[in-house]
Amino acid sequence: MIPSPFDYVRVSSVDEAVAALAEHGEDAKILAGGHSLLPIMKLRLAIPSVLIDISGISELNYVRVEGDQVAIGAGTRHHDLENSEVAKAEVPLLPHVASRVGDPQVRHRGTLGGTVAHCDPASDLPTALLALGGSVVLAGPNGRREVPITEFFLGFFETAMEEGELIVELRVPRTGDAGWAYEKFTRRENDWPIVSAAVAHLPGGRIGVALANMGGVVLKATAVEAALAEGKSIEEAAALAAEGTSPSSDMHADAEYRSHLARLLTRRALTVAAGEAEASTAESTAAA
Amino acid sequence: MQVSMTVNGQQRTDEVEPRMLLAHHLRDNLGLTATNIGCDSTSCGACTVIVDGLSVKSCTVLALQAEGSQVTTLEGLAGEDGELHPVQAAFQSEHGLQCGFCTSGMVMASVGVLAANPNPTDREVREGLEGNLCRCTGYHNIVQAVLKAAEAGPVAGQVPQTQEVSA
Ligand code: FES
Ligand code: FES
Repeated sequence: MIPSPFDYVRVSSVDEAVAALAEHGEDAKILAGGHSLLPIMKLRLAIPSVLIDISGISELNYVRVEGDQVAIGAGTRHHDLENSEVAKAEVPLLPHVASRVGDPQVRHRGTLGGTVAHCDPASDLPTALLALGGSVVLAGPNGRREVPITEFFLGFFETAMEEGELIVELRVPRTGDAGWAYEKFTRRENDWPIVSAAVAHLPGGRIGVALANMGGVVLKATAVEAALAEGKSIEEAAALAAEGTSPSSDMHADAEYRSHLARLLTRRALTVAAGEAEASTAESTAAA
Repeated sequence: MQVSMTVNGQQRTDEVEPRMLLAHHLRDNLGLTATNIGCDSTSCGACTVIVDGLSVKSCTVLALQAEGSQVTTLEGLAGEDGELHPVQAAFQSEHGLQCGFCTSGMVMASVGVLAANPNPTDREVREGLEGNLCRCTGYHNIVQAVLKAAEAGPVAGQVPQTQEVSA
């Protein structure tokens, strides 16, 4: 399968990328690792007339502490995030989830900004970002703006990005050694999750919970979060995990089974994050 | 458009269409047909090559994205004198193949696994090769071959060219 013809533009700075987007209009697409975009181009689900390759922009590849947040360049590859000492110390959920994406070859190419922009409802890292909170920094014709992650994923492959914008940075709170967990249910080890649950204990004592593949977009488990904030037990809170979701039925699981998985995985993740040893598997994604 | 890259130690400059995938460039333009295309959808790993020290699936990389890169394919693994790379030798001695279709991708991915982890356990090999499928399902001998190759030491995670393989 070969994509439809397109023109290719290589840029070496964010300003050049913004200028190229402005010049080529809505038929242009940003290319980073290409591991979400090229597959859908091969299937003709996307037929951009121009690709703007930002993978050579070295200023987009970093993980660093800024105040009480960790800032991650949008061009950071999953492999780099997985191995980042800063990320491991400051927000360990993220490098762990990065290590659960696809396979080594995929992690060598795929980028954090790419997976966020792609907005697949079954995507691992967006789920983790949603549990953590934080924001997406966009660059566009009118400069930079920051969108809370909770307002970024709008619907099925639909984000809050406006025409002419690209993602330049992701910002998440520093959680340090507070509890976290990622429970992912798949047929094969690191496939796309049939359902997954991410949990992060956040500064200020709140607990963030998010789910993958329980609707057209990654979701925050708001009923679970509210129940926990009211002091309900893990059991009680996790029982609410499927509330407000609209899971689909497909060859992997029907909607009812997905709802069951959401409750089960949320309970496991909350338990692991709380440091109470309920192991889902021999190598459960244990944490602090 | 013009694209230049170093392939198996040789500088190559060619004209390509922007949509040309690295896998096709290697096979059709450069005649390096050890790199196979199995699924063409980032699933099977048959097209795995090493780009700038990292294993990648060349069916999901544009040739233009390899501009200025160091690319190693299976053809670039053996020494000038034809001496097999330790991973190749181990696949041979452990019979880590059946029909052989997945093999070049398995070998390249295995070099990446050993670069990241020179002394892997059985489980770590299996995890490291999770992006590679063998339709003959001969995984057991493949894993044995990688463990055997590890006995050769760090050289098993390196390619003959000057580049470093980091994972
Ligand atoms: S041909 Fe590239 S992964 Fe299968
Ligand atoms: S040996 Fe036949 S596909 Fe692996």
